[in-house]
Amino acid sequence: MAKQGKIYKTPSGEVVYGVMAEFATPGDTFRAAEKLRDAGYKNWDVYAPFPIHGIDEAMGLKPSKLPLLAGVIGLAGAAIGFFFQWWVSTYGYTTIVQGKPAGAWEAFVPVTFEIGVLFTAFTCILGMMAFNALPMWYHPLLKKDRFLRVSDDRFVICVESRDPGFDPEKARKMLESVKGYNIDLVQD
Amino acid sequence: MSAIHPDEINAGRLAGVLPVDRPQPLDARTGDGTLLDDPAVRPPLVTGNRSFHDITNIVCGYVENKPGGWWYALFGLANMLAGLGTAMIIYLLITGVGVWGLNNQVGWAWDITNFVFWIGIGHAGTLISAILCLLKQKWRTSINRAAEAMTIFAVICAGTFPGIHVGRMWFIWMVFPIPNANAIWPNFKSPLLWDVFAVSTYFTVSALFWFMGMIPDLATLRDRATLRLKASPSGPVLPLTNIRVDAVRAYIYGFFSLGWRFSSRHWQNYEKAYLVLAGISTPLVISVHSIVSFDFATSVVPGWHTTIFPPYFVAGAIFGGFAMVLFLLIPARELYPNMKELITLRHLENMAKIILVTGSMVGFAYAMEFFIAWYSGNKYEADVFLYNRLLPPFIDPRGAPYWWAYWAMIFCNVISPQVFWSRAFRTSPIAIFAVATLVTIGMWFERFVIIVTSLHRAFLPGEWGMFFPTAVDILTFVGTFGIFLTLFLLFMKFLPAFAMSEIKNVLPQASPHDHGDGHGHADANAPDHKHH
Repeated sequence: MAKQGKIYKTPSGEVVYGVMAEFATPGDTFRAAEKLRDAGYKNWDVYAPFPIHGIDEAMGLKPSKLPLLAGVIGLAGAAIGFFFQWWVSTYGYTTIVQGKPAGAWEAFVPVTFEIGVLFTAFTCILGMMAFNALPMWYHPLLKKDRFLRVSDDRFVICVESRDPGFDPEKARKMLESVKGYNIDLVQD
Repeated sequence: MSAIHPDEINAGRLAGVLPVDRPQPLDARTGDGTLLDDPAVRPPLVTGNRSFHDITNIVCGYVENKPGGWWYALFGLANMLAGLGTAMIIYLLITGVGVWGLNNQVGWAWDITNFVFWIGIGHAGTLISAILCLLKQKWRTSINRAAEAMTIFAVICAGTFPGIHVGRMWFIWMVFPIPNANAIWPNFKSPLLWDVFAVSTYFTVSALFWFMGMIPDLATLRDRATLRLKASPSGPVLPLTNIRVDAVRAYIYGFFSLGWRFSSRHWQNYEKAYLVLAGISTPLVISVHSIVSFDFATSVVPGWHTTIFPPYFVAGAIFGGFAMVLFLLIPARELYPNMKELITLRHLENMAKIILVTGSMVGFAYAMEFFIAWYSGNKYEADVFLYNRLLPPFIDPRGAPYWWAYWAMIFCNVISPQVFWSRAFRTSPIAIFAVATLVTIGMWFERFVIIVTSLHRAFLPGEWGMFFPTAVDILTFVGTFGIFLTLFLLFMKFLPAFAMSEIKNVLPQASPHDHGDGHGHADANAPDHKHH
């Protein structure tokens, strides 16, 4: 990734991905996130075994676009489904049932609804994966044993080096000041 | 205080011995501490004062430790039944639908009864996951993963029946709207085809919801396996190889968890996706079973042709599905260590209340169906109730040969859940299990009554004919239980059976609004912070 300014290296010579710190409780993590947001950091993240309540605002995150996307694609899918049924019933294999018109829309409602739901569901999962850039099986943080305990009960904040104003010492001091401990450099 | 110190669980694991919970003495008033009556006090969702680490250890322990001997015995039995069912299906496909007891008059019997039975069972899982999520019922977090798994396995069992019952199996491709050389397209005006789309969509959406929910928990299993792998140079290996079991776990759980790293930015998108999926699964549940009811309601057969069927079927599905959830989880609580702390008596009581509510709705629907059949003045509709279902032949010579099925249904579905008005019954796991069993049987009979009693005596007396099941009918159904149980046991063994991240999120110490004392013991009843 392009870095502005200096490239920082760990003592053993690897490029630094960022600085991580652990926190004792969700409350400490929450307050630390608010301070980091207010200090103007842009490329950083909070890692927790569950989504901490209210952390989106504490980090200053913008609302996710996923629901809008899911709604649009779901409705589009429903429209496609309806049109497809109409075409099949009137032209593809014209079907007259009980003397009703071939393209009678009432009969198409159940399948239209189901196809709309199907498209919405696929958008949710694939959209979630796309917005989160998943799958990403290899990541610098996943190489650190300390980080692997986040899935259990640890809370971690990591300030990434691609942040324009990044400086390992400043980041370390910042994280210490908000009650972070076990502060460590993360190799890329 | 914790009944078991977390290190004891690790020590037990290393020693190859399964930790067993010390039974907590039951309080007469509050049971295991969760049966609080005061609505102003929130009962604990997890008993035993567990930490996040405890939850991880308990739930991952079910996957990582060897299960008791009972698992292997039950798995063997389930496999045999599944094999039997598969053999019966193959026999059916090779020989023809005549191996079942169907005839010209009763063209649908056990096949469609079983289909609707299994689909109905599946609906409880979606209700627990989706509808209870939208209603912000935090107690769902202990049961939603297992319930969703149950939904998927039930839909698999359900889907086999429409597939195999068609008679001319070589034409089954016609249900799919794919361009073909015969220039044939499906008939989109047929409820049977709506079923194809409804059940396929239901299966797909449930599977996606289930998988997405498991991503963080699979990542937890991945991380634990990776840490164990790095912690010591040797460990348990696969039989006949040098490959460490934890390496296999790290790779497989790692692959399916997609590299999930618990980032809050990711959690934000994840939570939104979860809510949208919950939001669409709710109308999906209602629509799927309504569409299944259209198989009957859109016909002209007396006893089928009634507008009450969509809500009647949906309520019945939730009713039967919760009974199956309880039927599976109450024994699981006894057999797995520490599970009683995650699925407390309050969880069971809540589910018993839902059974009481939906059972009463179903009973009301039975009464209304009968009333409207009489009120309509349509002689055939009224006759279906009186002479096909209610009146036994020893009371009225024109009476119903299947009267015993109807009254079994009434007893199991309407009368047996009424015991849950009594607090003693709805807080006793044994009573709940007994009622759940009766309800499952009763819901099978409900579909049997609807299908067979309406068909065997329809408009023309000259065409009346009885239905008797053959051994193939019965064994195929038994076989689907084998398939279901096999899949469920595999799920309990290899996949996280509890939503760990969700359970941790509803513990009191998960709230970020503690008062900075560093111990994380947040007050669950704190007034709303403006960040909400």
